[in-house]
Amino acid sequence: MKKTYTVSVFTENSIGMMNRVTIIFTRRHLNIDSITASESEVKGVFRYTIVLRTTREQVDKVIGQLEKLIDVFKAFVHEDSEVVHQEIALYKIKTASLTNGDVEKVIREHHARILTVDPLFMVIEKTGHVAETQLLFESLKPYGVLEFARSGRVAVTKPMKEFSTYLKELEESND
Amino acid sequence: MNSTKITGAQAVMKSLVAEHVDTIFGYPGGAIMPIYDALYDYENSVNHILVRHEQGAIHAAQGYARTSSKTGVVFATSGPGATNLITGLADALIDSTPLVCITGQVASHLLGTDAFQETDVVGISMPITKWNCQVTKAENIPAAIAKAFYIAQSGRPGPVLIDITKDAQFGEMDFEYEKCTNIRSYYPRPKLKKSVAEEAAKLINEAKKPYLLIGQGIMLSNAEKELLEFVEKSGIPVASTLLGLGAFPNHHPQYVGYLGMHGDYAPNIKTNECDVLLAIGMRFDDRVTGDISRYAKQAKVVHVDIDASELNKIIKADVAVHADAKEALKVLTELVHKKQRTAWLQEFKDAKTTEVETLQESAKALHSEEIKMDEVIKMLSELTKGEAIVVTDVGQHQMMTARYYQYNKTKSNVTSGGLGTMGFALPAAIGAKFGAPEKPVIAIIGDGGFQMTLQELGTILQSEVAVKIIVLNNRFLGMVRQWQQMFFEKRYSFTNMVSPDFVALAKAYSIEATKVEARTDLKETLLEMLNHNGSYLLEVMVAKEENVFPMMTTGASVSEVRLK
Repeated sequence: MKKTYTVSVFTENSIGMMNRVTIIFTRRHLNIDSITASESEVKGVFRYTIVLRTTREQVDKVIGQLEKLIDVFKAFVHEDSEVVHQEIALYKIKTASLTNGDVEKVIREHHARILTVDPLFMVIEKTGHVAETQLLFESLKPYGVLEFARSGRVAVTKPMKEFSTYLKELEESND
Repeated sequence: MNSTKITGAQAVMKSLVAEHVDTIFGYPGGAIMPIYDALYDYENSVNHILVRHEQGAIHAAQGYARTSSKTGVVFATSGPGATNLITGLADALIDSTPLVCITGQVASHLLGTDAFQETDVVGISMPITKWNCQVTKAENIPAAIAKAFYIAQSGRPGPVLIDITKDAQFGEMDFEYEKCTNIRSYYPRPKLKKSVAEEAAKLINEAKKPYLLIGQGIMLSNAEKELLEFVEKSGIPVASTLLGLGAFPNHHPQYVGYLGMHGDYAPNIKTNECDVLLAIGMRFDDRVTGDISRYAKQAKVVHVDIDASELNKIIKADVAVHADAKEALKVLTELVHKKQRTAWLQEFKDAKTTEVETLQESAKALHSEEIKMDEVIKMLSELTKGEAIVVTDVGQHQMMTARYYQYNKTKSNVTSGGLGTMGFALPAAIGAKFGAPEKPVIAIIGDGGFQMTLQELGTILQSEVAVKIIVLNNRFLGMVRQWQQMFFEKRYSFTNMVSPDFVALAKAYSIEATKVEARTDLKETLLEMLNHNGSYLLEVMVAKEENVFPMMTTGASVSEVRLK
């Protein structure tokens, strides 16, 4: 049965790492819904957060093959219930739309905020799950959304185990 | 000016020497010229084999690695030189062969500009190398090479590629070499968990019909002796995968045969009759398992592998032992009870008898005057006492050799298993001979595969390497033809082969050669080939439409092996 999984991959920051990581998914004909990467809580160790829909069996094998990459420390897979996750979305609309009182209501209801106001356009920001940022997009649509950009998912896991503990375990599992 | 400075190209050579490299297979070109210039000073200590095509270089390095247990080293230039390595990289990755390939690259300021002979070989080779990298500064060369050798050899071995830009080869640096022994994100030496080994031993000790499958992992971890001790103490029957052939002496009474699509009858059907299936250093390839939904369902599976991603990848293991084969076997030998399993072994022997009788029956039906592939292999096996290094290509001759050559020595079987690369054997045999110069090396190749890389006859000529070549000529791409006969209503679509005069061709390269067509001449010509001092090509005209049986057809289960 297919489900949404969040894959977290901890890697060295080497050239081509993104390519090495995504190739593993490509080989198995798996489509990545979103991918984000940045430095983790450990200096020099990068964290990739990849969201995809697939079966548990497939994703478990992907984890094995990701961990086989020389520059990968460890990879994890989590279901939605096991992570706290968030996406950020930006919406550019005409400033003229402000004169319509409904826009204020929409922003208020969605707990969004205005980042900047230019004589011609303004930028609204909303963080939340995809469904929430999508809902705001639908609500703003009648006023004309000039641009819309949404980040991939960032996620932290619920279990209270730190990455450094995993690293220690890994080192101990080797001669 | 500091006189201690050397160029990046010289650093490449010094680093290789620091890794005890004495043999390199390669082909020069524009972007690797500085390295070739540095190599010129090592004429007395490094043997560089000039091949005729980069694919030949990498297959030769594979053959070298497989017989010498050392890392094969390849030099190639940028662009086409580098892309010609691709097949060999993929082959070495899937067959776990340690290689370090060094490619030249255009100068770093030209990267990404579509410069002459520029290709993104790092990008291209990413999925088919264990690791690769690009070096653009001379000072980074020694560390990259040290890392490359460490990665290629440790854990589950594999090919590594280092792409060095021309300016890095010319650049100056202070040389210092430190061997790589640790990479913080890489864990190649798993500690065997005692409790897991005990669980495995318990299953084996309680089993009535335990059965052991071995793969190349035995040889890669040098565990042949430990395997023999384990097998003799536990009394378990042993079968081998294609790449595992040679890891266990084939004349041993507990050796029951070769696994897989064209494997022996008993080892395949008994997979579905054993109660504990112990697999060591093998990866349950689909050519071994057939339909996995009907594979060893009755058995408890114990899988030992150094590569964690192989555990539970294809076959769910009841006990997954993440460990080096040698260490696991040592511990298991201590834990298992000493046992004789005569009745269980007899079941294998009985199935073997059924196989032999059926095959003999089928052989009678064929034109008796034509030489059959299996006759050649059986005779060769007898004449060499199963002690030669046998290199095979891909197809019917490969399966026949795996079936009928009695591999009694470790690291004596060199073949392209996982990738199934036609054209592999001739260059691999050249490398195999450099890897084990004291042993006879015999390449057995079909008429199709031989023509894929026969330019390497030039390498044999120039390097005076004494490989024996047997071309089994059936004037067909035999394996495809067999499938066309069995599954495509004998529609022989583009499988008939018209070949040149192989004897004349060999002679053009100053290689002694003979063609044999009559059975009565076979033994004599084989002996002449074996006794000849130097390289030799023997073309054997074999039956045109011989099929390889037994056969487990696609989608069939190991219990459904066809004997005819």
